[in-house]
Amino acid sequence: MTVAIDRATGRRRGDRAPKPGRVQRLRRGYQKHWYAYAMIAPVVIVLGVLVLYPLAYGFYLTLTDANSLNSARTIGVNHIDATYKFIGFDNYADILWGDTAYDRFWSHFIWTIVWTALCVTLHYTIGLGLALLLNQKLRGRTFYRMVLILPWAVPTFVTVFGWRFMLADGGIINSFLETLHLPTPLWLEDTFWQRFAAIMVNTWCGVPFMMLSLLGGLQSIDSALYEAAEMDGASAWQRFRHVTLPGLRSVSSTVVLLGVIWTFNQFAIIFLLFGTTAPDAQILVTWSYYLGFGQQPRDFAQSAAYGILLLAVLIVFTSFYRRWLNRNDQQLAI
Amino acid sequence: MSTTEVETSAATSARNSPAGPPGRTRRRGESGPGVRLASHGILIAASLVALFPIVWLVYLSLGPDKDDYLHPGGIWGKMTFDNYTFVLENTKFFDWLRTTLVVVLGTTAIGVVISATTGYAVSRMRFPGYRKFMWVLLVTQMFPVAVLMVPMYQILSDLQLIDTYLGLILVYCTTTVPYCAWLMKGYFDTIPFEIDEAGRVDGLNPFGTFARLILPLARPGLAVAAFYSFLTAFGEVAFASTFMLSDTKYTFAVGLQTFVSEHDAQRNLMAATAVLIAIPAAAFFYFVQKNLVTGLTAGGTKG
Repeated sequence: MTVAIDRATGRRRGDRAPKPGRVQRLRRGYQKHWYAYAMIAPVVIVLGVLVLYPLAYGFYLTLTDANSLNSARTIGVNHIDATYKFIGFDNYADILWGDTAYDRFWSHFIWTIVWTALCVTLHYTIGLGLALLLNQKLRGRTFYRMVLILPWAVPTFVTVFGWRFMLADGGIINSFLETLHLPTPLWLEDTFWQRFAAIMVNTWCGVPFMMLSLLGGLQSIDSALYEAAEMDGASAWQRFRHVTLPGLRSVSSTVVLLGVIWTFNQFAIIFLLFGTTAPDAQILVTWSYYLGFGQQPRDFAQSAAYGILLLAVLIVFTSFYRRWLNRNDQQLAI
Repeated sequence: MSTTEVETSAATSARNSPAGPPGRTRRRGESGPGVRLASHGILIAASLVALFPIVWLVYLSLGPDKDDYLHPGGIWGKMTFDNYTFVLENTKFFDWLRTTLVVVLGTTAIGVVISATTGYAVSRMRFPGYRKFMWVLLVTQMFPVAVLMVPMYQILSDLQLIDTYLGLILVYCTTTVPYCAWLMKGYFDTIPFEIDEAGRVDGLNPFGTFARLILPLARPGLAVAAFYSFLTAFGEVAFASTFMLSDTKYTFAVGLQTFVSEHDAQRNLMAATAVLIAIPAAAFFYFVQKNLVTGLTAGGTKG
């Protein structure tokens, strides 16, 4: 990488004059890099205006007691100015260790972690299993591949409605279970089964992406490695363990990170599956949406505070993940 | 869920069969009949699981009554396309279609145009602040809807952009722009650096190299970024349902929910609408999925 870059900019590392002054260094830096800065400028501006500014503003809101009753708003022709006031870190304190903090935050937090871990594990193992199957010389594998990516091809909000038909009490799944004389759980009403259903639907939606990414990874593994391993008398398990898995490493580390981020923030599935009817099946994202937009009065400050906490969790996770990858001599692909 | 174990073990045993005795007839990657049968079995089962909810939705959409989903056997005798005609003629379907297209295409256009140069810059140049910039791009991927939703709502309502196409497009750009930049970096990385070099030798500056040499070669990468933006914007629910207030400006994701009110759920119409949305979307997706995966994992598979 480095070599190529130096070639691309047409300079070598040793070109610089010895110990230039600060101003000179800045100017040289500018001359050398202004192309790069000009090229990233549009994205920097967009991110600054559309992401950083709202983020800063959102963070400020978390330090206030803003809700829909005291925020600036316009009713008809009357404009009412904001009357919320600055209350420091009270929102965070209230969320993390205030009264009923467990019911409001920690129970959702635990469920969110469980949800993420289970979903990503299922996505990955099922995706890897199917990718391995599809990577064999098998008749009709193009057909299988086409069918198996279907859950990804249909927009999530459509499939979730399909699942609601199936999971409804008296829907096809329960009718089927009934004919087998199995218990028919209330998928959309009972907390445990709500969670079960949410994981099931999310797994169904998420496997195709994993499968295709890992299939791409499998196909890029040099087959000479397998031949060499066979020559050395490696068993199938050993080949899987020492050739396949290491060969998949960079793809895996990327898709697992993406999977974790996407699942942690998975809004559509839970929101559309249960609406606001399932307080215990809400993960933090949907819960904070509920606080900010699903109830009256809307609690903007707490909702934003949840958002900041969620972001913090993800940033901490990603930092550790990256550090862990670097220690194992891997680079994150994205 | 329990299929997980089965699949992985079967997959490993698929490799198990020709355990390397000299003079074996089977080549690597070809497996014994038992393993092949098991593979087909699992793949067929998985395909059925993948297909069923969609097929079921299509089937239910043909039943004329809103409670037909509870006794699906009855649909068989009285299948009809009435639901479809009703949806197309008596609902705001075409308004939703317009909104969805405007918002999605707007997001796609802005996302791709803006992020192309950035992808090129981070692929080819190492400038001070490079690592921090990449980190920022990654972090923006992690934003839960909740982080930006409240401040965005306030800002957009100050700017009178609530319930406008532009407002929603701007909001979607926050997710698509950084990710498109990532995707395109991955793609630009696969284009040989010698091409840039040749351009420089011929006296082009980096902008010229980018515009004249690299951009034409990067068309598939641009397409991937476009598809990604398209899919993200098409499937987004949270922002769309909060920021679009008038029912003629709903996107499909929001419009579909309007069939369920507190007292009544017109599930037959909902199913028909869902099918009308899903079929073109899935068809479009089929054409692009192969490129999409290559693009998503371009950096990864290169190792």
